Amino acid sequence: METQRAEKPTTVTDGNAPAMPVIRLRGLRKSFGDFVVLDGVDLDVRPRETLVIIGRSGTGKSVTLRHIMGLLEPDEGEVFVFGRNLASLDIKQIKKLRLRIGYLFQSGALLNWMTIGENVALPLLEHSPGLSDAEVHKRVMEKLRLVEMENAVDKLPSQISGGMKKRGGLARSIILEPEIILYDEPTSGLDPVMASAINDLVIHTREVLGVTQVVVTHDMESAYRIADRVAMLYEGKIIALGTPEEIKRHENPIVQQFITGNSHGPITNNNGLEGVEE
Amino acid sequence: MKSAVLSLGKLIADAATGAGYSLALLGRSFVWLPYSITRRSRGDVLHQMYVCGIVSIPVTLVVSVFTGAILALNGGITLADIGQEHLMGRIVAISMAREMGPFMTALILAASVGSGMAAELGTMAVSEETDALEVMGVDDAKFLVMPRLLAMTVMTPILTVYATVLGTLGGAITSYAQYGVSFVLFKTDAFDNLEFKDVYTGLIKSVVFGIVIAVVGCSEGLRARGGAMGVGRATRSAVIISYLLIIVLGYYLTFAFYRLAV
Repeated sequence: METQRAEKPTTVTDGNAPAMPVIRLRGLRKSFGDFVVLDGVDLDVRPRETLVIIGRSGTGKSVTLRHIMGLLEPDEGEVFVFGRNLASLDIKQIKKLRLRIGYLFQSGALLNWMTIGENVALPLLEHSPGLSDAEVHKRVMEKLRLVEMENAVDKLPSQISGGMKKRGGLARSIILEPEIILYDEPTSGLDPVMASAINDLVIHTREVLGVTQVVVTHDMESAYRIADRVAMLYEGKIIALGTPEEIKRHENPIVQQFITGNSHGPITNNNGLEGVEE
Repeated sequence: MKSAVLSLGKLIADAATGAGYSLALLGRSFVWLPYSITRRSRGDVLHQMYVCGIVSIPVTLVVSVFTGAILALNGGITLADIGQEHLMGRIVAISMAREMGPFMTALILAASVGSGMAAELGTMAVSEETDALEVMGVDDAKFLVMPRLLAMTVMTPILTVYATVLGTLGGAITSYAQYGVSFVLFKTDAFDNLEFKDVYTGLIKSVVFGIVIAVVGCSEGLRARGGAMGVGRATRSAVIISYLLIIVLGYYLTFAFYRLAV
Protein backbone atom coordinates (compact mmCIF):
# COMPACT_ATOMS: atom_id res chain seq x y z
CA MET A 1 0.00 0.00 0.00
CA GLU A 2 1.08 3.50 -0.68
CA THR A 3 1.20 6.66 1.28
CA GLN A 4 0.94 9.99 -0.46
CA ARG A 5 3.89 12.33 0.01
CA ALA A 6 3.93 15.96 -0.96
CA GLU A 7 6.39 16.49 -3.79
CA LYS A 8 6.96 19.47 -5.96
CA PRO A 9 4.98 18.82 -9.14
CA THR A 10 6.72 19.00 -12.46
CA THR A 11 5.65 18.51 -16.05
CA VAL A 12 3.96 15.26 -16.94
CA THR A 13 6.05 13.96 -19.82
CA ASP A 14 9.77 14.03 -19.36
CA GLY A 15 11.66 11.57 -21.56
CA ASN A 16 12.75 8.57 -19.52
CA ALA A 17 12.12 10.20 -16.18
CA PRO A 18 9.57 8.49 -13.93
CA ALA A 19 6.05 9.37 -14.90
CA MET A 20 4.86 12.34 -12.92
CA PRO A 21 1.27 12.59 -11.79
CA VAL A 22 -1.20 14.02 -14.28
CA ILE A 23 -3.35 15.17 -11.38
CA ARG A 24 -2.03 16.07 -7.97
CA LEU A 25 -4.10 17.17 -4.99
CA ARG A 26 -2.33 18.58 -1.97
CA GLY A 27 -3.98 19.42 1.35
CA LEU A 28 -7.34 19.96 -0.35
CA ARG A 29 -9.93 21.36 2.03
CA LYS A 30 -13.47 22.36 1.21
CA SER A 31 -16.47 23.21 3.38
CA PHE A 32 -20.03 24.14 2.53
CA GLY A 33 -21.21 26.27 5.42
CA ASP A 34 -20.32 24.38 8.59
CA PHE A 35 -20.10 21.05 6.77
CA VAL A 36 -16.52 20.03 6.11
CA VAL A 37 -16.49 17.90 2.96
CA LEU A 38 -12.79 17.61 2.20
CA ASP A 39 -10.36 17.86 5.08
CA GLY A 40 -6.87 17.71 3.65
CA VAL A 41 -6.95 15.37 0.66
CA ASP A 42 -3.59 14.35 -0.81
CA LEU A 43 -3.77 12.28 -3.98
CA ASP A 44 -1.75 11.65 -7.13
CA VAL A 45 -3.13 10.24 -10.36
CA ARG A 46 -0.52 8.72 -12.67
CA PRO A 47 -0.53 8.92 -16.46
CA ARG A 48 -2.79 6.38 -18.20
CA GLU A 49 -4.01 4.78 -14.99
CA THR A 50 -7.60 4.33 -13.90
CA LEU A 51 -7.92 5.51 -10.34
CA VAL A 52 -11.19 4.76 -8.60
CA ILE A 53 -12.26 6.88 -5.63
CA ILE A 54 -14.65 5.02 -3.37
CA GLY A 55 -16.54 6.20 -0.34
CA ARG A 56 -20.01 6.61 1.08
CA SER A 57 -22.51 9.02 -0.41
CA GLY A 58 -21.81 12.60 0.63
CA THR A 59 -18.13 12.04 1.43
CA GLY A 60 -16.94 14.49 -1.23
CA LYS A 61 -16.11 12.21 -4.17
CA SER A 62 -17.91 14.38 -6.73
CA VAL A 63 -16.61 17.50 -5.00
CA THR A 64 -13.10 16.18 -5.58
CA LEU A 65 -13.81 15.77 -9.31
CA ARG A 66 -15.23 19.29 -9.48
CA HIS A 67 -12.02 20.65 -7.98
CA ILE A 68 -10.00 18.83 -10.66
CA MET A 69 -12.19 20.44 -13.35
CA GLY A 70 -11.77 23.86 -11.76
CA LEU A 71 -15.52 24.07 -11.19
CA LEU A 72 -14.92 24.60 -7.47
CA GLU A 73 -12.16 26.50 -5.72
CA PRO A 74 -10.65 24.88 -2.62
CA ASP A 75 -10.80 26.68 0.71
CA GLU A 76 -7.22 25.51 1.24
CA GLY A 77 -4.75 23.33 -0.61
CA GLU A 78 -3.68 23.00 -4.20
CA VAL A 79 -4.86 21.23 -7.33
CA PHE A 80 -2.30 20.51 -10.03
CA VAL A 81 -3.47 19.28 -13.43
CA PHE A 82 -0.87 18.53 -16.11
CA GLY A 83 1.63 20.03 -13.65
CA ARG A 84 -0.15 23.39 -13.51
CA ASN A 85 -1.55 24.79 -10.28
CA LEU A 86 -5.15 25.75 -11.01
CA ALA A 87 -4.95 28.58 -8.48
CA SER A 88 -2.32 30.29 -10.62
CA LEU A 89 -4.45 30.16 -13.78
CA ASP A 90 -6.98 32.74 -14.90
CA ILE A 91 -10.44 31.67 -16.08
CA LYS A 92 -9.41 31.64 -19.75
CA GLN A 93 -6.51 29.31 -19.00
CA ILE A 94 -8.75 27.06 -16.90
CA LYS A 95 -11.29 26.89 -19.75
CA LYS A 96 -8.50 25.94 -22.14
CA LEU A 97 -7.25 23.29 -19.73
CA ARG A 98 -10.76 21.84 -19.40
CA LEU A 99 -10.76 21.02 -23.10
CA ARG A 100 -8.10 18.40 -22.31
CA ILE A 101 -10.42 16.80 -19.76
CA GLY A 102 -13.63 14.87 -20.41
CA TYR A 103 -16.28 14.69 -17.70
CA LEU A 104 -19.05 12.14 -17.58
CA PHE A 105 -21.84 13.36 -15.32
CA GLN A 106 -23.87 10.97 -13.20
CA SER A 107 -26.98 11.43 -15.34
CA GLY A 108 -25.10 11.84 -18.61
CA ALA A 109 -26.29 15.50 -18.62
CA LEU A 110 -27.33 15.38 -22.27
CA LEU A 111 -29.21 18.47 -23.44
CA ASN A 112 -32.75 17.20 -23.71
CA TRP A 113 -33.90 19.16 -26.78
CA MET A 114 -30.98 18.02 -28.93
CA THR A 115 -30.52 14.62 -30.53
CA ILE A 116 -27.71 12.36 -29.34
CA GLY A 117 -25.75 13.25 -32.47
CA GLU A 118 -26.19 16.99 -31.88
CA ASN A 119 -25.18 16.57 -28.25
CA VAL A 120 -21.99 14.77 -29.19
CA ALA A 121 -21.21 17.32 -31.91
CA LEU A 122 -21.68 20.32 -29.60
CA PRO A 123 -18.12 20.60 -28.19
CA LEU A 124 -16.70 20.03 -31.66
CA LEU A 125 -18.80 22.78 -33.25
CA GLU A 126 -17.92 25.10 -30.40
CA HIS A 127 -14.18 24.61 -30.53
CA SER A 128 -13.56 23.64 -34.16
CA PRO A 129 -15.97 25.90 -36.07
CA GLY A 130 -14.02 25.45 -39.30
CA LEU A 131 -14.88 21.76 -39.64
CA SER A 132 -17.22 20.78 -42.47
CA ASP A 133 -20.56 19.16 -41.68
CA ALA A 134 -19.28 15.91 -43.18
CA GLU A 135 -16.20 15.92 -40.96
CA VAL A 136 -18.26 16.66 -37.85
CA HIS A 137 -20.65 13.83 -38.74
CA LYS A 138 -17.74 11.46 -39.32
CA ARG A 139 -16.17 12.22 -35.94
CA VAL A 140 -19.50 12.01 -34.13
CA MET A 141 -20.23 8.61 -35.65
CA GLU A 142 -16.71 7.45 -34.77
CA LYS A 143 -17.27 8.23 -31.10
CA LEU A 144 -20.79 6.85 -31.10
CA ARG A 145 -19.46 3.63 -32.58
CA LEU A 146 -16.91 3.46 -29.76
CA VAL A 147 -19.75 3.47 -27.22
CA GLU A 148 -21.97 1.31 -29.47
CA MET A 149 -24.56 4.02 -29.92
CA GLU A 150 -24.41 4.71 -33.65
CA ASN A 151 -28.04 3.64 -34.08
CA ALA A 152 -29.20 6.28 -31.60
CA VAL A 153 -27.65 9.26 -33.39
CA ASP A 154 -31.04 10.80 -34.27
CA LYS A 155 -32.79 9.94 -31.01
CA LEU A 156 -33.60 12.42 -28.26
CA PRO A 157 -32.34 11.72 -24.72
CA SER A 158 -35.96 11.16 -23.62
CA GLN A 159 -36.19 8.24 -26.08
CA ILE A 160 -33.27 6.23 -24.67
CA SER A 161 -32.50 4.35 -21.44
CA GLY A 162 -30.38 5.58 -18.52
CA GLY A 163 -27.43 3.44 -19.58
CA MET A 164 -27.60 4.76 -23.13
CA LYS A 165 -27.67 8.31 -21.80
CA LYS A 166 -24.43 7.63 -19.94
CA ARG A 167 -22.87 6.14 -23.05
CA GLY A 168 -24.04 9.15 -25.07
CA GLY A 169 -22.57 11.42 -22.40
CA LEU A 170 -19.29 9.51 -22.63
CA ALA A 171 -19.24 9.90 -26.43
CA ARG A 172 -19.69 13.64 -25.96
CA SER A 173 -16.98 13.83 -23.30
CA ILE A 174 -14.41 12.15 -25.57
CA ILE A 175 -15.26 13.95 -28.82
CA LEU A 176 -12.42 16.44 -28.27
CA GLU A 177 -10.06 13.53 -27.54
CA PRO A 178 -9.17 14.51 -23.97
CA GLU A 179 -6.16 13.22 -22.07
CA ILE A 180 -8.09 12.77 -18.82
CA ILE A 181 -11.62 11.45 -18.33
CA LEU A 182 -13.47 11.93 -15.06
CA TYR A 183 -16.46 9.70 -14.36
CA ASP A 184 -19.05 10.60 -11.73
CA GLU A 185 -20.82 7.43 -10.56
CA PRO A 186 -20.92 5.83 -14.03
CA THR A 187 -22.84 2.72 -12.92
CA SER A 188 -25.28 4.21 -10.43
CA GLY A 189 -28.93 3.53 -11.16
CA LEU A 190 -28.19 0.89 -13.79
CA ASP A 191 -29.18 -2.77 -13.89
CA PRO A 192 -26.27 -5.24 -13.45
CA VAL A 193 -26.03 -5.99 -17.17
CA MET A 194 -25.86 -2.35 -18.18
CA ALA A 195 -23.47 -1.61 -15.28
CA SER A 196 -21.20 -4.34 -16.57
CA ALA A 197 -21.39 -2.88 -20.09
CA ILE A 198 -20.38 0.53 -18.72
CA ASN A 199 -17.45 -1.07 -16.86
CA ASP A 200 -16.31 -2.67 -20.11
CA LEU A 201 -16.61 0.69 -21.79
CA VAL A 202 -14.43 2.40 -19.16
CA ILE A 203 -11.75 -0.26 -19.68
CA HIS A 204 -12.13 -0.13 -23.46
CA THR A 205 -11.91 3.69 -23.52
CA ARG A 206 -8.58 3.62 -21.73
CA GLU A 207 -7.22 0.90 -23.99
CA VAL A 208 -8.29 2.66 -27.18
CA LEU A 209 -7.59 6.28 -26.23
CA GLY A 210 -4.75 5.76 -23.74
CA VAL A 211 -6.25 8.27 -21.34
CA THR A 212 -5.89 8.81 -17.61
CA GLN A 213 -9.16 8.14 -15.82
CA VAL A 214 -10.59 9.02 -12.43
CA VAL A 215 -13.81 7.26 -11.49
CA VAL A 216 -15.86 7.95 -8.39
CA THR A 217 -18.21 5.23 -7.31
CA HIS A 218 -19.51 3.27 -4.36
CA ASP A 219 -20.06 0.22 -6.55
CA MET A 220 -17.28 -2.11 -5.36
CA GLU A 221 -17.77 -4.66 -8.12
CA SER A 222 -17.20 -1.90 -10.63
CA ALA A 223 -14.20 -0.55 -8.69
CA TYR A 224 -12.43 -3.93 -8.57
CA ARG A 225 -13.05 -4.50 -12.27
CA ILE A 226 -11.87 -1.20 -13.74
CA ALA A 227 -9.33 0.15 -11.26
CA ASP A 228 -5.56 0.11 -11.42
CA ARG A 229 -5.66 1.72 -8.00
CA VAL A 230 -8.42 2.44 -5.54
CA ALA A 231 -8.52 5.35 -3.07
CA MET A 232 -11.02 5.44 -0.23
CA LEU A 233 -12.36 8.79 0.92
CA TYR A 234 -13.73 8.90 4.44
CA GLU A 235 -14.57 11.94 6.57
CA GLY A 236 -12.80 14.23 4.13
CA LYS A 237 -9.55 12.30 3.96
CA ILE A 238 -8.01 9.55 1.84
CA ILE A 239 -7.73 6.70 4.34
CA ALA A 240 -6.59 3.96 1.96
CA LEU A 241 -4.85 3.79 -1.39
CA GLY A 242 -3.67 0.77 -3.32
CA THR A 243 -4.42 -1.80 -5.97
CA PRO A 244 -7.78 -3.57 -5.78
CA GLU A 245 -6.04 -6.58 -4.17
CA GLU A 246 -4.36 -4.38 -1.57
CA ILE A 247 -7.65 -2.69 -0.76
CA LYS A 248 -9.34 -6.08 -0.32
CA ARG A 249 -6.66 -7.01 2.22
CA HIS A 250 -6.58 -3.59 3.91
CA GLU A 251 -6.48 -3.85 7.67
CA ASN A 252 -8.42 -0.64 8.42
CA PRO A 253 -11.83 -1.81 9.78
CA ILE A 254 -13.53 1.20 8.18
CA VAL A 255 -12.26 0.11 4.76
CA GLN A 256 -13.28 -3.48 5.46
CA GLN A 257 -16.77 -2.50 6.53
CA PHE A 258 -17.24 -0.37 3.41
CA ILE A 259 -15.91 -2.84 0.85
CA THR A 260 -17.80 -5.76 2.34
CA GLY A 261 -20.98 -3.71 2.67
CA ASN A 262 -21.45 -4.71 6.32
CA SER A 263 -24.06 -2.70 8.19
CA HIS A 264 -22.23 -3.27 11.50
CA GLY A 265 -18.81 -1.76 12.01
CA PRO A 266 -16.97 1.46 12.82
CA ILE A 267 -18.73 3.49 10.11
CA THR A 268 -22.08 2.85 11.77
CA ASN A 269 -20.70 2.79 15.33
CA ASN A 270 -21.49 -0.93 15.39
CA ASN A 271 -25.18 -0.02 15.56
CA GLY A 272 -26.25 -1.17 12.12
CA LEU A 273 -28.92 1.00 10.58
CA GLU A 274 -29.33 3.06 13.75
CA GLY A 275 -25.75 4.20 13.50
CA VAL A 276 -26.01 5.35 9.90
CA GLU A 277 -25.47 9.07 9.57
CA GLU A 278 -26.27 10.79 6.31
CA MET B 1 -34.65 41.15 16.92
CA LYS B 2 -31.16 40.00 16.03
CA SER B 3 -32.49 37.23 13.80
CA ALA B 4 -34.84 39.70 12.07
CA VAL B 5 -31.90 41.99 11.30
CA LEU B 6 -29.86 39.02 10.08
CA SER B 7 -32.73 37.86 7.86
CA LEU B 8 -33.10 41.35 6.42
CA GLY B 9 -29.38 41.52 5.83
CA LYS B 10 -29.43 38.17 4.07
CA LEU B 11 -32.40 39.28 1.95
CA ILE B 12 -30.56 42.42 0.87
CA ALA B 13 -27.35 40.50 0.19
CA ASP B 14 -29.25 37.90 -1.90
CA ALA B 15 -31.03 40.64 -3.85
CA ALA B 16 -27.73 42.42 -4.53
CA THR B 17 -26.11 39.14 -5.62
CA GLY B 18 -29.05 38.36 -7.92
CA ALA B 19 -29.02 41.85 -9.41
CA GLY B 20 -25.27 41.70 -9.99
CA TYR B 21 -25.52 38.28 -11.61
CA SER B 22 -28.40 39.40 -13.85
CA LEU B 23 -26.58 42.55 -14.98
CA ALA B 24 -23.42 40.57 -15.69
CA LEU B 25 -25.48 38.01 -17.63
CA LEU B 26 -27.06 40.82 -19.66
CA GLY B 27 -23.61 42.19 -20.50
CA ARG B 28 -22.20 38.76 -21.39
CA SER B 29 -25.19 37.97 -23.61
CA PHE B 30 -25.12 41.37 -25.30
CA VAL B 31 -21.54 40.74 -26.37
CA TRP B 32 -22.71 37.61 -28.22
CA LEU B 33 -25.47 39.35 -30.22
CA PRO B 34 -23.44 39.37 -33.49
CA TYR B 35 -23.24 35.56 -33.17
CA SER B 36 -27.03 35.40 -33.69
CA ILE B 37 -26.64 35.75 -37.47
CA THR B 38 -24.46 32.66 -37.75
CA ARG B 39 -25.94 29.50 -39.23
CA ARG B 40 -25.66 27.65 -35.93
CA SER B 41 -27.48 30.26 -33.87
CA ARG B 42 -30.12 31.41 -36.36
CA GLY B 43 -32.32 28.36 -35.76
CA ASP B 44 -32.24 28.85 -31.97
CA VAL B 45 -33.16 32.53 -32.27
CA LEU B 46 -36.05 31.80 -34.65
CA HIS B 47 -37.30 29.04 -32.37
CA GLN B 48 -37.23 31.40 -29.39
CA MET B 49 -39.04 34.08 -31.42
CA TYR B 50 -41.74 31.53 -32.15
CA VAL B 51 -42.00 30.60 -28.46
CA CYS B 52 -42.01 34.24 -27.27
CA GLY B 53 -44.16 35.72 -29.97
CA ILE B 54 -46.37 33.37 -31.92
CA VAL B 55 -47.36 31.18 -28.97
CA SER B 56 -48.40 34.29 -27.00
CA ILE B 57 -50.70 35.67 -29.72
CA PRO B 58 -54.00 34.07 -28.58
CA VAL B 59 -53.71 35.11 -24.92
CA THR B 60 -52.54 38.60 -25.91
CA LEU B 61 -55.58 38.93 -28.17
CA VAL B 62 -58.05 38.15 -25.39
CA VAL B 63 -56.32 40.26 -22.73
CA SER B 64 -55.85 43.27 -25.03
CA VAL B 65 -59.37 43.37 -26.38
CA PHE B 66 -60.80 43.20 -22.88
CA THR B 67 -58.31 45.76 -21.51
CA GLY B 68 -59.44 48.25 -24.17
CA ALA B 69 -63.05 47.36 -23.53
CA ILE B 70 -62.67 47.90 -19.76
CA LEU B 71 -60.93 51.23 -20.35
CA ALA B 72 -63.79 52.37 -22.58
CA LEU B 73 -66.43 51.05 -20.22
CA ASN B 74 -64.97 52.82 -17.18
CA GLY B 75 -63.98 56.00 -19.00
CA GLY B 76 -67.39 56.14 -20.64
CA ILE B 77 -69.22 56.25 -17.29
CA THR B 78 -67.58 59.55 -16.34
CA LEU B 79 -67.55 61.01 -19.84
CA ALA B 80 -71.23 60.22 -20.38
CA ASP B 81 -72.07 62.06 -17.16
CA ILE B 82 -70.58 65.25 -18.56
CA GLY B 83 -71.62 64.61 -22.15
CA GLN B 84 -68.10 64.14 -23.48
CA GLU B 85 -68.35 60.65 -24.99
CA HIS B 86 -66.66 61.87 -28.18
CA LEU B 87 -63.36 61.91 -26.24
CA MET B 88 -63.40 58.13 -25.93
CA GLY B 89 -61.12 57.58 -28.92
CA ARG B 90 -58.19 59.57 -27.57
CA ILE B 91 -58.53 58.19 -24.06
CA VAL B 92 -58.45 54.58 -25.16
CA ALA B 93 -55.83 54.97 -27.92
CA ILE B 94 -53.40 57.08 -25.87
CA SER B 95 -53.76 54.85 -22.79
CA MET B 96 -53.18 51.73 -24.84
CA ALA B 97 -50.19 53.12 -26.75
CA ARG B 98 -48.42 54.74 -23.80
CA GLU B 99 -49.17 52.40 -20.94
CA MET B 100 -51.62 49.59 -21.21
CA GLY B 101 -50.30 48.02 -24.42
CA PRO B 102 -46.68 47.66 -23.24
CA PHE B 103 -47.74 46.95 -19.66
CA MET B 104 -50.29 44.23 -20.37
CA THR B 105 -48.06 42.60 -22.99
CA ALA B 106 -45.16 42.58 -20.54
CA LEU B 107 -47.27 41.04 -17.78
CA ILE B 108 -48.50 38.33 -20.15
CA LEU B 109 -44.98 37.56 -21.35
CA ALA B 110 -43.51 37.59 -17.83
CA ALA B 111 -46.15 35.11 -16.65
CA SER B 112 -45.92 32.81 -19.64
CA VAL B 113 -42.56 33.15 -21.40
CA GLY B 114 -40.39 34.48 -18.53
CA SER B 115 -41.60 31.77 -16.16
CA GLY B 116 -41.07 29.20 -18.92
CA MET B 117 -37.48 30.35 -19.37
CA ALA B 118 -36.83 30.09 -15.63
CA ALA B 119 -38.36 26.60 -15.48
CA GLU B 120 -36.49 25.37 -18.56
CA LEU B 121 -33.07 26.70 -17.55
CA GLY B 122 -33.72 25.81 -13.92
CA THR B 123 -34.36 22.20 -14.88
CA MET B 124 -31.13 22.24 -16.86
CA ALA B 125 -29.26 23.69 -13.89
CA VAL B 126 -30.49 21.11 -11.38
CA SER B 127 -29.88 18.21 -13.77
CA GLU B 128 -26.22 19.17 -14.34
CA GLU B 129 -26.83 20.22 -17.97
CA THR B 130 -25.53 23.75 -17.42
CA ASP B 131 -22.51 22.29 -15.61
CA ALA B 132 -21.97 20.10 -18.67
CA LEU B 133 -21.98 23.21 -20.87
CA GLU B 134 -19.38 24.82 -18.62
CA VAL B 135 -17.22 21.70 -18.71
CA MET B 136 -17.45 21.63 -22.52
CA GLY B 137 -16.41 25.27 -22.67
CA VAL B 138 -19.77 26.38 -24.06
CA ASP B 139 -20.74 29.83 -22.74
CA ASP B 140 -24.29 29.67 -21.35
CA ALA B 141 -24.74 33.38 -22.13
CA LYS B 142 -24.05 32.68 -25.80
CA PHE B 143 -25.80 29.34 -26.11
CA LEU B 144 -28.84 29.75 -23.84
CA VAL B 145 -29.41 33.39 -22.92
CA MET B 146 -28.58 35.38 -26.06
CA PRO B 147 -31.21 33.70 -28.30
CA ARG B 148 -33.88 34.25 -25.63
CA LEU B 149 -32.81 37.83 -24.99
CA LEU B 150 -32.81 38.71 -28.69
CA ALA B 151 -36.15 36.99 -29.28
CA MET B 152 -37.79 38.88 -26.41
CA THR B 153 -36.25 42.19 -27.44
CA VAL B 154 -37.68 41.81 -30.95
CA MET B 155 -41.00 40.13 -30.20
CA THR B 156 -42.16 42.23 -27.21
CA PRO B 157 -42.53 45.46 -29.25
CA ILE B 158 -44.24 43.54 -32.06
CA LEU B 159 -46.70 42.00 -29.61
CA THR B 160 -47.14 45.42 -28.00
CA VAL B 161 -48.21 46.96 -31.32
CA TYR B 162 -50.58 44.03 -31.80
CA ALA B 163 -51.97 44.47 -28.26
CA THR B 164 -52.35 48.24 -28.68
CA VAL B 165 -54.27 47.90 -31.95
CA LEU B 166 -56.51 45.16 -30.58
CA GLY B 167 -57.08 47.01 -27.30
CA THR B 168 -58.08 50.15 -29.20
CA LEU B 169 -60.41 48.05 -31.31
CA GLY B 170 -61.95 46.56 -28.15
CA GLY B 171 -62.41 50.10 -26.84
CA ALA B 172 -64.07 51.20 -30.08
CA ILE B 173 -66.51 48.28 -30.02
CA THR B 174 -67.44 48.99 -26.39
CA SER B 175 -67.78 52.73 -27.04
CA TYR B 176 -70.17 52.01 -29.85
CA ALA B 177 -72.12 49.29 -28.08
CA GLN B 178 -72.41 51.01 -24.68
CA TYR B 179 -72.29 54.72 -25.42
CA GLY B 180 -73.25 54.98 -29.09
CA VAL B 181 -69.93 56.51 -30.18
CA SER B 182 -69.55 55.77 -33.90
CA PHE B 183 -66.44 54.06 -35.22
CA VAL B 184 -65.66 57.08 -37.42
CA LEU B 185 -65.85 59.51 -34.50
CA PHE B 186 -63.79 57.16 -32.32
CA LYS B 187 -61.14 56.77 -35.02
CA THR B 188 -60.98 60.48 -35.83
CA ASP B 189 -60.62 61.47 -32.19
CA ALA B 190 -57.99 58.78 -31.65
CA PHE B 191 -55.85 59.65 -34.68
CA ASP B 192 -56.17 63.43 -34.21
CA ASN B 193 -54.87 63.24 -30.68
CA LEU B 194 -52.45 60.34 -30.68
CA GLU B 195 -48.92 61.71 -31.01
CA PHE B 196 -45.87 59.98 -32.38
CA LYS B 197 -44.31 60.34 -28.93
CA ASP B 198 -47.09 58.21 -27.42
CA VAL B 199 -46.22 55.44 -29.84
CA TYR B 200 -42.45 55.49 -29.52
CA THR B 201 -42.43 55.82 -25.73
CA GLY B 202 -44.65 52.74 -25.59
CA LEU B 203 -42.32 50.87 -27.89
CA ILE B 204 -39.23 51.89 -25.92
CA LYS B 205 -40.92 50.66 -22.76
CA SER B 206 -41.75 47.37 -24.44
CA VAL B 207 -38.11 46.86 -25.45
CA VAL B 208 -36.99 47.51 -21.86
CA PHE B 209 -39.67 45.16 -20.52
CA GLY B 210 -38.67 42.45 -23.01
CA ILE B 211 -35.04 42.66 -21.90
CA VAL B 212 -36.07 42.58 -18.22
CA ILE B 213 -38.28 39.51 -18.66
CA ALA B 214 -35.62 37.55 -20.59
CA VAL B 215 -32.73 38.42 -18.30
CA VAL B 216 -34.66 37.82 -15.07
CA GLY B 217 -36.12 34.53 -16.37
CA CYS B 218 -32.75 33.23 -17.52
CA SER B 219 -30.88 34.49 -14.48
CA GLU B 220 -33.30 32.95 -11.97
CA GLY B 221 -33.29 29.69 -13.95
CA LEU B 222 -29.52 29.43 -14.19
CA ARG B 223 -29.15 30.08 -10.44
CA ALA B 224 -31.72 27.40 -9.50
CA ARG B 225 -30.45 24.80 -7.04
CA GLY B 226 -32.03 21.94 -5.14
CA GLY B 227 -34.11 19.84 -7.51
CA ALA B 228 -37.78 20.35 -8.30
CA MET B 229 -38.29 22.72 -5.37
CA GLY B 230 -35.45 24.89 -6.61
CA VAL B 231 -36.99 25.04 -10.08
CA GLY B 232 -40.35 26.01 -8.57
CA ARG B 233 -38.66 28.71 -6.49
CA ALA B 234 -36.80 30.06 -9.52
CA THR B 235 -39.97 30.18 -11.60
CA ARG B 236 -41.88 32.00 -8.88
CA SER B 237 -39.03 34.47 -8.32
CA ALA B 238 -38.75 35.16 -12.05
CA VAL B 239 -42.41 36.17 -12.26
CA ILE B 240 -42.39 38.26 -9.07
CA ILE B 241 -39.14 40.08 -9.89
CA SER B 242 -40.24 40.72 -13.48
CA TYR B 243 -43.60 42.12 -12.34
CA LEU B 244 -41.96 44.41 -9.81
CA LEU B 245 -39.40 45.67 -12.30
CA ILE B 246 -42.03 46.18 -15.02
CA ILE B 247 -44.18 48.29 -12.70
CA VAL B 248 -41.34 50.31 -11.20
CA LEU B 249 -39.47 50.82 -14.49
CA GLY B 250 -42.79 51.63 -16.21
CA TYR B 251 -43.39 54.43 -13.75
CA TYR B 252 -39.91 55.90 -14.10
CA LEU B 253 -39.93 55.66 -17.89
CA THR B 254 -43.25 57.51 -18.04
CA PHE B 255 -41.86 60.05 -15.60
CA ALA B 256 -38.74 60.49 -17.72
CA PHE B 257 -40.64 60.87 -20.99
CA TYR B 258 -43.48 63.10 -19.83
CA ARG B 259 -42.24 64.94 -16.74
CA LEU B 260 -38.59 65.36 -17.60
CA ALA B 261 -39.57 65.70 -21.28
CA VAL B 262 -36.83 63.37 -22.56
